[in-house]
Amino acid sequence: MEHVKKKRRRAVVNQKDCVACGCCVKVCPLSAIQVIKGVAAQVDESKCVGCGKCAKECPASVIEIREVEV
Amino acid sequence: MKKHWYDYLWIVELTYLILGFFNILFAWIGLFFFFIPLIIAIARGTKGYCNRYCGRGQVFGLLGGRFGLSRKKDIPKWMKSKAFRYGFLIWFFIMFFQMLWNTYLVFAGTQDLRQVVTLLWTFKLPWNWAYHGTLFHPGVAQFAFGFYSVMLTSTVLGLVTMVLFKPRSWCVYCPMGTMTQLICKAKNGNKPSM
Repeated sequence: MEHVKKKRRRAVVNQKDCVACGCCVKVCPLSAIQVIKGVAAQVDESKCVGCGKCAKECPASVIEIREVEV
Repeated sequence: MKKHWYDYLWIVELTYLILGFFNILFAWIGLFFFFIPLIIAIARGTKGYCNRYCGRGQVFGLLGGRFGLSRKKDIPKWMKSKAFRYGFLIWFFIMFFQMLWNTYLVFAGTQDLRQVVTLLWTFKLPWNWAYHGTLFHPGVAQFAFGFYSVMLTSTVLGLVTMVLFKPRSWCVYCPMGTMTQLICKAKNGNKPSM
């Protein structure tokens, strides 16, 4: 059977500019984003559904919602 | 989402500002807001304070979010640049040491106690109702006036950027946040990994 590629939405963090404040963590309904070791936020791609709440909340606006093929 | 006890720390922040309005010596309590984030960053290598316990961030989050006092626009690029963040941290440090120097001068007896709160490092607000002399040396009160000035200045700046940009815009250039992130980077390396 042929594998059909689906498009999914995912949050992507620009870690270079992330201030690791953790605002995104508080609003994520699926606990799919975490601040790692006080350096930057990181998205768990297996959990993220790309709802965009973190991107809206991020005070530095360093989170983007992108379409990715899975 | 489930609320935790630390989601109510905004009450502590507001209480702190109100107490300092009536009695300046309460400003000393603010040292906790300085040392706890540093201790967490040094001991655990995380920004646990910003992420969970920062009452100031919660105040901005509530006022800008729930109370709708924010335009919720993107912060300008330059404000999130490393140059501005580090520059602001250095500026804060210089102002902080100047405040410590003034405290020293009062302790040394070469300068009289000034019962003013300096807002935005410029505007001297009379604050004489909040101090009536105590058992302590006037230098203790001078530190309190200086420290309260730092706290009030950062609150005002945070409120302005809350209204103009996103509720917690202060978090982007907060000197404590910048400093704890630098400590975490020094401890854990620049790249986050699970």
